[in-house]
Amino acid sequence: MTALEVDKLSHSFGGLTALADVSLAVAPGERLAIIGPNGAGKTTLFNIVTGIFRPSAGRIRLFGQDVTRLPTHRRAQLGLARTFQISTLFPRLTVLDSVLLAVQGLDPARFTLHRRRAVYGHLLERAEALLADWGLADRAGQVTRQLSYGEQRQVELILALAGAPKVLLLDEPTAGLSPAETASVAEMIRRFSRETTILLIEHDMDVALDLVDRVTVLFQGRVLAEGRTDEIRGNPKVAAIYFGTDDA
Amino acid sequence: MRVASVAAALAVLIALPAVLSSYQLGLVTKMLIFGIFAMSLDLLLGYAGLPSLGHAAYFGVAAYTVGLLALRVANNFWIDFPAGLLMAAGVSALFGLFALRTRGSYFLMITLALGQVLWGIAFGWRSLTGGDDGLPSVPRPHVPLPWSLTEGVPFYYFVLIFFGLAVGALALIVSSPFGKALVGIRESERRMEVLGYDVWRYKYVAFILAGLFAGLAGNLFVYFNGFVGPSYLNILFSASALLMVILGGSGTLLGPAIGAAVIVGLENFISGYMERWVLVLGIIYVLVTLFAPNGLVGLVRRRLGHSAT
Amino acid sequence: MTFWITQALNGISFGMLLFLLAAGLSLIYGLMRMLNLAHGSYYILGGYVGLAVTRATGSFVLAALAATAVVTLVGVVMERFFLRRFPEQELPQALLTFGFLLIFADLSLWIWGGTPQTLAKPEIFERSIRIGAIVFPTYRLFVIGVGLVIGLGLWWLQEGTRLGAMIRAGVDDAEMARGTGVNVGLLSTAVFALGAFLAGLGGIIGGPFVGVYPGADFEILEMALVVVIIGGLGSLKGAFVGGLVVGLLDNFGKALFPELALFTVFAPMAVILAIRPMGLFGAR
Repeated sequence: MTALEVDKLSHSFGGLTALADVSLAVAPGERLAIIGPNGAGKTTLFNIVTGIFRPSAGRIRLFGQDVTRLPTHRRAQLGLARTFQISTLFPRLTVLDSVLLAVQGLDPARFTLHRRRAVYGHLLERAEALLADWGLADRAGQVTRQLSYGEQRQVELILALAGAPKVLLLDEPTAGLSPAETASVAEMIRRFSRETTILLIEHDMDVALDLVDRVTVLFQGRVLAEGRTDEIRGNPKVAAIYFGTDDA
Repeated sequence: MRVASVAAALAVLIALPAVLSSYQLGLVTKMLIFGIFAMSLDLLLGYAGLPSLGHAAYFGVAAYTVGLLALRVANNFWIDFPAGLLMAAGVSALFGLFALRTRGSYFLMITLALGQVLWGIAFGWRSLTGGDDGLPSVPRPHVPLPWSLTEGVPFYYFVLIFFGLAVGALALIVSSPFGKALVGIRESERRMEVLGYDVWRYKYVAFILAGLFAGLAGNLFVYFNGFVGPSYLNILFSASALLMVILGGSGTLLGPAIGAAVIVGLENFISGYMERWVLVLGIIYVLVTLFAPNGLVGLVRRRLGHSAT
Repeated sequence: MTFWITQALNGISFGMLLFLLAAGLSLIYGLMRMLNLAHGSYYILGGYVGLAVTRATGSFVLAALAATAVVTLVGVVMERFFLRRFPEQELPQALLTFGFLLIFADLSLWIWGGTPQTLAKPEIFERSIRIGAIVFPTYRLFVIGVGLVIGLGLWWLQEGTRLGAMIRAGVDDAEMARGTGVNVGLLSTAVFALGAFLAGLGGIIGGPFVGVYPGADFEILEMALVVVIIGGLGSLKGAFVGGLVVGLLDNFGKALFPELALFTVFAPMAVILAIRPMGLFGAR
C-alpha cells in the first residue's frame, strides 16, 4: 500500500490551469522531491493534498483511504503534516506555547475547557522533548516573531513533527536561508525517522537530490518526468526547463 | 504574586459596602455587571480574534427574557434566570451559524447587522416588548436568603458572587486546552487547521460561551435597573462593550473589566455635566485606537518592562 | 395596480440612494480592505450641509456642490491623517471610523438639534407627473436618474479607465501594484474621497424624501451594510443589485407589513448568509 497517492489531479483558478492530470505515488518511508520552475504547480499540489484547495478533478489517497473530500484538520488527524513556504507560525506566542499547541493538536484533551492545560503534564513533556531533540530548548521562552528567520524555519519544522506524522510535506524548508542554516536544516531533515514518508519541494537542487530517493518533476502543471535521483540528474528534458534559471 | 493581588482585590470588593454611599455602591454594581459583559466579548475578540459589533444582542435577549418572565409570567428566580441564560446561548448558537461563515470585516458587518435585527424586533414588536418604551418595573428576584435583593448592599453581593463565578469560569476556560487553542486560532487559523484542529468548532463554542456570559450580564442588569429597552440591543451598546475591551486590554482576562469600570465611571461622571456622552465616547474610541491599542493593561505592562504578549 | 407601480418606483428610488452609499462602501473596502463605518456620517453631513446651504441661498445646486465638497474634504482628512496610520489593519481602521461615526453623530445633534428636517426639493422637480392613473413625484424620478448615471459612470471608471485598472490591481495585490509604480497612498485617498463624495451626494439627494434627523446616519449605514451583505462587499454590481433588492423589499415591507418591516429586509440577508456568505457578487 502506498503512503500517499495522487490520482489524475487537476485544478484551475479562474481561467488558469494550475495542475493538469498529475499522478504520483509515494511508498511508506520513502522520500520524494517535487521539483520544477516557479509556477509549475508544486505548492498548489501541496495545498490540494492538505485540503486547502479542492481539486477540480482527481483523487487523493492517504494509506489507501480516499481523503479527497476530507477537511484539512481531518487529514492531519490521519497523519498528514505540512510546513509552508512562508512560515506559518504564531507570531505573538512563545516557541514553547507554539509547540504545545502543535502537540495538543492530535491529543484527545484538545477540546477540554474545564481543566487547565497545565494539568496535562504529558503535553509539556512532549513539547520540551521535541525542543531538546532539535536543539531549540534554549529558545523555548522566546516570542516567535523575535526569532531569527532561520530559527523560525526550524520552528516551522518542529510544529509539523509534533504530531508524529506519517506523511510530511515540506514546502521549500530552506528558502531564504544562509548556506550554514541550509546545511543545518538539511541535516535536520536527514535525521527524520524513516517511519515518516516525506515529500519535499525544494529549489536548491543540491540539497533536494541529496535528501531524497526519488524525484517528480513538474512543469506548467504537469508531470514532466519522474524517477530515481540519478535518472533525473542526467535527464536532458529536466535540464532544459531549468536552462537559464539560476539555482543556488 | 498574581494570587496575592487577586485576593487583595477580592478583599477590597467585599469591603466596599462599608465605605461607599449607596449611590456609589450602585455605580460599582453597574461596573461589575458591565465587567462581565466586557469579559464575555473579550473571549471572542481577545482570545478567538473575532471582532463582534453585535454582542449586545445576547445581553439584551437575556434581559428581555428575564424582564418578560418576571413581569408577565412569574417573578421566580429559578425559572427566569436560567431562561435568560438559555435564550442568550440559544440566540448566539443561531447567530453563530451565520456569522462564523465569515471573517474580518465581513464578520464585523454581519454581527452588526444581526444585532440590529434584534433591535428592530425589540423596537417594532410593541405588543411583546413595549417597543421604544421598553418594559419598566421589573422586580428584583426573591432568593432563599434572609436579605432582600431590593436593598443595595445585598444586591451588590448578589452581583459580586456572579462576577466572581464568571471570572473564575473564564479564567479556567482561557487556561484550558480549549482556550489555548482559541489563541492559536487568533494567531494563525491556517496553522491550526493543518495541526489538526477543527477551527470552526472552536470558534462556534467560543461564540456560544461568549453569548452565555453576555446573557449573565444582561440578566443582572435588568434586575439592577428594573427596566429593559431596545437600547440594550443597539449598536451603541455593542460598541461601548467593544471599547471597554480594547480600553482595558483585549486578550487579558481582567483588562476588559477594568475598561468597563473606567467607561461606566466616565459615563456617569460626564452625563452629570453634559449631554455629550456619545461625543466623548467617540473621542475615546479614536484616542484609544491611536495611542493605546493594547489598552490600559498594555500600557501598564510596558511601564513595568514586560517585553511581549 | 397603481399601488404596485408607485411602490415599485418608490422602492427603486430608495434603492438608488442605497446604491450610492453601498457603492462607496464597496469601493473603499475593495481597495483598502476596511469597513468605513463613518459612511453614515458622510450621508448625514451631506444632508445637513445641504440643508444649511439651501436655507441660506435657496439654491439646490449650490447646496449639492457644497455638501459634496465638504463631505469629500472630511473624507480626505480622515483617510490621510487617521486611517493612513494603520495600513492593512482591518480592526483598528474600522474602530477609528466608528469613533468618528459617534463623534459626527453627536456633533450634528448638537449643532442642528433633534428635530427631523426635510430638504426643499429643487424647483424643477417639485411637481408630480401623471402617467395614466399614476401620479409620481418627478423628484423621485430624478433620484433614479442620478443613480443610473452614477452607476454607469462608476462602471466606466472601473472597467474602462486607467484609474479603474489601478484600483483593481490594488485590490488584487498592493505590493505588486506598488512595484509597478502605482502610488498606492494617493490611490487610497482618491478612492476614499470618491466613496465619501458618493455618500455625501446621497445625503443631499436623499434629503428631500428621506429627510435628515439624528439617527439617520446609523439607519442608512445599517441599510447600506445589508445591501453590501446581500450584494457582496467590494462589488459594484452587487451594490447596484443589492440596493434595488433592499430598496424594493424595504418599501413593500413597510407598505404591506408595517409591523414586520425590518424582517422583510433582514430575512433575505439571513438567506444569503446561509447559502452564499460572500454575497451575490462578492469574491471569496
